[in-house]
Amino acid sequence: MSTATLTLELKNEVEDLLNTYAQCIDDDNLEQWPDFFTEQCLYRIIPRENHEIGLPTAVMWCDSRGMLEDRVTALRHANVYQVQWYRHITSNPVITTEDGETFNVQSNYAVFKTCNDGESTVYNVGRYVDVIVRIDGKLKFKERSAIYDTHKITTLMVIPI
Amino acid sequence: MSTTPEHLKWPDHADHTAVPYSVFNDQEVYELEQEKIYNGDTWHFLAATEEVPDKGSFKSTYIGDTPVVVTRGQDDEVYAWVNRCAHRGAEVCRERHGKSEDGVFACVYHQWAYDAKGDLHGVPFQRGLAGKGGMPKDFDKKQHSLRKVRVVVFHGTVFGTFGDNTPDIEEYMGEDVAYHFKRLMHKPIEILGTTRQYIAGNWKFYSENTKDPYHASLLHLFHATFGLYRSSQKGESIINNDYHSVLWASSGTESADALDDMKKDKLRTLQTGEYELKDPSLLKGQQEFDDGITLVILSLFPSLVLQQIQNTLAFRQILPKGKDEFELVWTYFGYKDDTEELRNIRLKQFNLIGPAGLISMEDGESTELCQNAIVRDGKYTNVIQMDGKEATGNDHLVTEGLIRGLWKGYKELMQF
Repeated sequence: MSTATLTLELKNEVEDLLNTYAQCIDDDNLEQWPDFFTEQCLYRIIPRENHEIGLPTAVMWCDSRGMLEDRVTALRHANVYQVQWYRHITSNPVITTEDGETFNVQSNYAVFKTCNDGESTVYNVGRYVDVIVRIDGKLKFKERSAIYDTHKITTLMVIPI
Repeated sequence: MSTTPEHLKWPDHADHTAVPYSVFNDQEVYELEQEKIYNGDTWHFLAATEEVPDKGSFKSTYIGDTPVVVTRGQDDEVYAWVNRCAHRGAEVCRERHGKSEDGVFACVYHQWAYDAKGDLHGVPFQRGLAGKGGMPKDFDKKQHSLRKVRVVVFHGTVFGTFGDNTPDIEEYMGEDVAYHFKRLMHKPIEILGTTRQYIAGNWKFYSENTKDPYHASLLHLFHATFGLYRSSQKGESIINNDYHSVLWASSGTESADALDDMKKDKLRTLQTGEYELKDPSLLKGQQEFDDGITLVILSLFPSLVLQQIQNTLAFRQILPKGKDEFELVWTYFGYKDDTEELRNIRLKQFNLIGPAGLISMEDGESTELCQNAIVRDGKYTNVIQMDGKEATGNDHLVTEGLIRGLWKGYKELMQF
């Protein structure tokens, strides 16, 4: 695989997407979260223990932008959970591209969760494996898999990773 | 079994309709449960046989808080033993699952080696080294097996018990529970994955939850929010042997009277049409059972829930970790002969269940809500009177009868 076409400018553009995605969730702008994806997309949060032995079960599995929007509607109006905030730390993106239009990216993430009791805990740690494409000039996730190491999910998971 | 200390016994006004909060938050009660229930005459789901498919296959799990390993021996039989070396107590198996190619399970500490049955075969330096050391001459390997768990293979699953007098598994379940168990396990299954949820609450709050159809449409608002579900669907709540139960329902049946009642109550369950699913493919399913049943919550005391919710099938193992913590292990499955379409339907519908389940995530939350609030007032009791005071099932789902059954059975087992 050639990385010759990965210019500094493109690298910055991809990293900007990763960063704004994390900030969108952490700032609770979840209504904008589906905008990071293409119309037909695949978003999964999957335990590493399944992924490693080829089992498909994910805790979230959305294969359209509509499903992402439904997740947000459910979170705002249906699901019952205590007040909580995420703080994503993402790092170490390794980006490859053939043509500057489609990018394969793997990065690490750690999500800290803070609830009303004021305690921040390491809630979910893993890696993102992404396929990013350019639609009308803007980069979007065609596929985003959050493969998590923290296979013990405390209480529940309602906010996307 | 020891008798129950006087100070732990339930106050006079407590029975199966009024349970003292101490049972959820007392270390002594927890210890007694591990002894009388988990180490007693009860059956525990350990694995699907599919999870230990080959000679040498193994899976680590628990009975209560005791670590247990399920294995398949060279004779193709399934075995289980406590994961604790007979020598100095170290964990023998340190992986969640896998396969021992030579069928040997060796403790890493001093390399004591066991077979799949848990029998001890090898003790390094048993006869010493260059004439020095060694075990005493009367050391008999046969006397130092791993602590064995009695197992039974039942319709594609492996159950284990520590009890000497645990009844036959089908008798233990009771007629209706066995019927529904066999209904869901009627053909070979395919494991699709595992998720694990850790909940800061007493395990019995979750047991109650799985026997509680009353909360279903009131706490879990996903269907209601999208105008997809109402609580008065046709169904039944069944008790077997007090603490086992089945809730079943078939959707799409709705009486006009029940709808009127809900309108009068102005319940949130009936906020139809407020939101619409942008992608209804989430709920696209297949009628895969001829009986029209679309929901089964089978609760086998104390540690298993077997469920069908639409096209999702899963085992849920309840593993206590302390008086106010438990782990919920979800093992998702389909059938070996599923079409690709049905398999994809299941994978998509898994969005509904599990730790991030659109209609199940709140069960972890409700458990913690209860645990947070019952600190200190151990002699106070709850109120379990929906649909009367008897510990019986009924031909509807507006009941807490199954929870009363749970406590009736629990009280007897614990000699409270």
